[in-house]
Amino acid sequence: MIKLWSVKKDEEAANKKKPRMTAAQLRVQKDLTELELPSTMTTHFPDPADVLNFTLTITPDEGIYKGGVFKFTFVISGGYPHEPPKVRCTQKVYHPNLDLEGNVCLNILREDWKPVLNLSSVMIGIQYLFLEPNPDDPLNKEAAEDLRRNREGFIRNVQNSMKGGTVKGETFDRVLK
Amino acid sequence: MTAAVLNGVPNGIASSSSSSSKLASYLSDETRFASIDKILDRKGPWTDERFEGGQGTKDFLRTQSKILVIGAGGLGCEILQNLALTGFNDIHVIDMDTIDISNLNRQFLFREVDVGKSKALVAAEFVMNRVPGVKVTPYHGKIQDHPISFYEQFNIVVAGLDSISARRWINATLVQMAQEDEEQLKPLIDGGTEGFKGQARVILPTVTSCYECSIDMLTPPTAFPICTIANTPRLPEHCIEWASVLEWPKVHKDKKLDTDDPDHIEWLYQQASARAAQFKIEGVTWALTQGVVKNIIPAIASTNAIIAASCCNEALKIATACAPYLNNYMMYVGNDSVYTYTFEHEKRPECPVCGGESLTAEAGRYWTLERFIESLTNRQDLQISKPSLSYSKGALFWPSPPDVFEATKPNLDKLLSDLLDEEEGIVVTDPALPVSVNLSIKYVDAEEPAQ
Ligand SMILES: [Zn+2]
Repeated sequence: MIKLWSVKKDEEAANKKKPRMTAAQLRVQKDLTELELPSTMTTHFPDPADVLNFTLTITPDEGIYKGGVFKFTFVISGGYPHEPPKVRCTQKVYHPNLDLEGNVCLNILREDWKPVLNLSSVMIGIQYLFLEPNPDDPLNKEAAEDLRRNREGFIRNVQNSMKGGTVKGETFDRVLK
Repeated sequence: MTAAVLNGVPNGIASSSSSSSKLASYLSDETRFASIDKILDRKGPWTDERFEGGQGTKDFLRTQSKILVIGAGGLGCEILQNLALTGFNDIHVIDMDTIDISNLNRQFLFREVDVGKSKALVAAEFVMNRVPGVKVTPYHGKIQDHPISFYEQFNIVVAGLDSISARRWINATLVQMAQEDEEQLKPLIDGGTEGFKGQARVILPTVTSCYECSIDMLTPPTAFPICTIANTPRLPEHCIEWASVLEWPKVHKDKKLDTDDPDHIEWLYQQASARAAQFKIEGVTWALTQGVVKNIIPAIASTNAIIAASCCNEALKIATACAPYLNNYMMYVGNDSVYTYTFEHEKRPECPVCGGESLTAEAGRYWTLERFIESLTNRQDLQISKPSLSYSKGALFWPSPPDVFEATKPNLDKLLSDLLDEEEGIVVTDPALPVSVNLSIKYVDAEEPAQ
């Protein structure tokens, strides 16, 4: 058999013991190193030793959802960044792009995910949903209809829902600061 | 050809005396390798200058080399067959799966009575029965459960996997082995198929581009917009995804969906069928349900045969140096015709597995971690300002995010030599680095701690 190590071109430094990190972990470390979040977003790691599971808190400082505190869980699998992170909202929120179970309708979390995207792109994308709810990609059809038909009424309903009120027979979680 | 080889002969063949003498004469008949010998006895026009040929090369192939096959499925069956018939004699195979009835159309080492049994065990048994003299050692289980020392025993690793995560794992493991000790450079021959398409590649860890280098080339798993699934399904796949992505967590709360559990698939199938009926969509079947949730792309027997043949061809060339090996990526497209394209996939400098520099950092034995990090940020050749450091136990010191910073801050005041074992490496990332730097520490003094 060919002595394959003789095909190595240059000598590298000796004894390079590398910590046993998976490619996904390394990529997450890199993503988090580069993460520069605006003051409206904070991360929380329940177990700082496990960087693959954390929550993101968004407190929009403008728009219809201003005044609310919204929490999302991030679960990153060993397939990252080939697979997108799994993101859910932990509260029941009246929003066209969130369903009552916490599923999020954001294209880069599913059909438009690419490995060149990173955690920052996902976080910015989610925050954008609170600044510009998109009635054309509805996950909560009633909320989307509401927004499309009567923006003023929709804003009132959002405000009511954020106080823990009931909209169209559905009671929402109180999310005010 | 002595005891070691006969060990591999299953009892079925060697038991009766007449068949054992028949076996002995078969094994001693050197002409059974006549066709392979033709390329091992003399040089060809493109043969590597290091090729010696003759008995030494044959002995290496037939009595010394040890080859590991990962996966005993569609590709694995073909690979095992080819390697055994090529003259590899000490073959090891690992697979965590058991045989399913749907495998039998192409995984030809299995029969109906084998359904439910370990793929690795049945495949090994079959090959040893069919090709007397060959020893195949099976391992039923996950590749991740074997330590690095397990992989050190092999000369070549051939992977015929359908799982991206398993491929990434073996790739990262073999790259790390070669980084730590270049004599542990094990060529990885990776075969993969998807329907009528496939690829075979030769990865020389740390020398050529690795599997991770090309991860961006992969098509991400098909996913449909979640709002389409929720509101406007048009395809049977939309109904199945509705059942698995939206309905399962809603109804089963924290119970995780197990795509290997037939009861779970049945539940999804029932839900998806009901939704399909509601939206007048046709085509939801049990098999499609399983295919969508497990992201199965139909396997084509001929594609497997072509890719496996290419992989085994490379294994023979690397083991014997009888011809130049593939450099380094062959893709095959059989959709419309038979098309292959071979190119050199280049190493990606920012590859998280094989990219990134390896540097040695000098440090005093009594330095604190803080002082060590300061010395890193002062290095001209690194140009980093806000490094995150990890070691074997996880984060060593990360300046952000805040929770990880708080958890790792106490390490700053600790002595480097208390935190790290001798020879233990550190992975450093920084916004200024394309990927990461692997640091190994060299203690240069024995000064006493400052009072
Ligand atoms: Zn690489």
